[in-house]
Amino acid sequence: MTAMIEVDDLSKTYVLHTQGGVEIPVFADASLTVEAGECLTLHGPSGAGKSTLLRCLYGNCKPNGGAIRIHHDGAMVDIARADPRQVIEVRKRSMGYVSQFLRAIPRVPALDVVAEPLRAIGVPLDQARQRAAELLSRLRIPERLWSLAPATFSGGEQQRVNIARGFAARHPILLLDEPTASLDAENRAQVIDLIVEAKSEKRALVGVFHDDEVREAVSTRLHTMRG
Amino acid sequence: MSPLLQVSGLTRLYGDRVGCKDVGFELWPGEVMGIVGESGSGKTTLLNCLSARLEPTSGTVAYDTREEGLTDIYAMGEPRRRMLMRTDWGIVHQNPRDGLRMGVSAGANVGERLMAVGARHYGRIRAQAAEWLEQVEIDTGRIDDLPLTFSGGMLQRLQIARNLVTHPRLVFMDEPTGGLDVSVQARLLDLLRRLVTDLGLAAIVVTHDLAVARLLAHRLMVMQGGEVVETGLTDQVLDDPHHPYTQLLVSSVLQP
Ligand SMILES: Nc1ncnc2c1ncn2[C@@H]1O[C@H](COP(=O)(O)OP(=O)(O)OP(=O)(O)O)[C@@H](O)[C@H]1O
Ligand SMILES: Nc1ncnc2c1ncn2[C@@H]1O[C@H](COP(=O)(O)OP(=O)(O)OP(=O)(O)O)[C@@H](O)[C@H]1O
Ligand SMILES: [Mg+2]
Ligand SMILES: [Mg+2]
Repeated sequence: MTAMIEVDDLSKTYVLHTQGGVEIPVFADASLTVEAGECLTLHGPSGAGKSTLLRCLYGNCKPNGGAIRIHHDGAMVDIARADPRQVIEVRKRSMGYVSQFLRAIPRVPALDVVAEPLRAIGVPLDQARQRAAELLSRLRIPERLWSLAPATFSGGEQQRVNIARGFAARHPILLLDEPTASLDAENRAQVIDLIVEAKSEKRALVGVFHDDEVREAVSTRLHTMRG
Repeated sequence: MSPLLQVSGLTRLYGDRVGCKDVGFELWPGEVMGIVGESGSGKTTLLNCLSARLEPTSGTVAYDTREEGLTDIYAMGEPRRRMLMRTDWGIVHQNPRDGLRMGVSAGANVGERLMAVGARHYGRIRAQAAEWLEQVEIDTGRIDDLPLTFSGGMLQRLQIARNLVTHPRLVFMDEPTGGLDVSVQARLLDLLRRLVTDLGLAAIVVTHDLAVARLLAHRLMVMQGGEVVETGLTDQVLDDPHHPYTQLLVSSVLQP
């Protein structure tokens, strides 16, 4: 077994300086390991810190203490201490992230939003777009929308574009924050398929799934967070 | 590999007023760094010190020259510094009129930079100028028009073409989207994002607009009162700001 993510004694407290320095302790001493081929579910009530933990793994949130080691290029990189260009390299080649909402880039058509992670690792344009098209079809985004910028799409359409983008580059590690939250049953089934496929390709996934059906279908293990 | 720019202890005072104070960082090839902060925080002062246009009071700026590696830009002679500015660097001014020659045609504005680095063949210079006008989405039919007849957004795109035609390794930009309509801004941003990625440019971009910083910059430096108060990966600084001033900055806009 290959450990793809190792978290040791991670702690996070938000300090709100604009509100009199209020401290919001989120978690302390969080530890976990994720191996290739499994899908670990972060489980717990609203506010328990699931999204915060995922964001820490991705280097989007800075923990107060502890270590996060991410498998990259055959070695482990401590994402909490890596400099920006190292984190960017890890994100390009080793770790993807599907946030709960798409952050649309002005003027960039949906097809290219999805193709972008592939372009970033040097995949030729036509090949990148072909993979993007496959994913958009699988996620049932009508072809007439592919050439439009997602800013005007519905919430569910934007989320599916976001999911397609997350799966495009087949990163060895993938983080998912409630990817099915705004999807109907048929689209949920497609996402379940994508996750199952990723597991069979020995990729490591960490996700938050509020939907019992999705969680039961994809999860190999639960990591419970109390908050 | 070595950094493109290595800056340490950089301070510029205006009499007893602080322009910027004790700034240090390294910029690597292909990296885009954003400098954000409120008006008067020292962004332009710092950018001018970095781009050889304003002598610092103390500290050093070393640039990775092709011949000798990291070299202090203020210790090298004026001719070498000028050559560097013409070949390796691009400077995009906030007001395109400061970066363009308003009395010569659009094509000449772009071609001039090529001639400054030794191009002589008229046909090839014109062809390259036309190609760059196309790159920045200016109708090539306008190649012989004076910039005076261009809109603000077109002028800014022309300035970008003039700077990028010589394939610089490092571009300095001061509020590149300032003073433009929102829709024109979006188009310019999209263009800059594409060019920076396609050409693998390193860039330092001063902006007071956090949305612009998020779109263009890999990493951010937040300035307050001439000092750098927070640095890091762009999305981390904007989504999980730690310094009180950064939190204030981020919380004052709708969606940074
Ligand atoms: N950027 C932030 N600044 C300050 N506090 C935050 C920030 N993000 C989250 N928090 C706080 O941290 C705690 C954990 O939030 P988080 O979003 O990680 O929870 P969650 O488990 O994902 O909840 P949910 O199931 O509702 O999505 C909450 O109390 C929240 O208010
Ligand atoms: N030539 C000058 N002589 C004296 N003081 C100056 C000079 N240029 C700038 N300053 C002062 O240095 C400080 C930093 O100015 P600077 O122009 O670098 O700010 P900035 O961050 O670029 O602001 P803005 O966002 O308004 O462009 C300010 O207090 C300013 O008044
Ligand atoms: Mg959450
Ligand atoms: Mg300024």
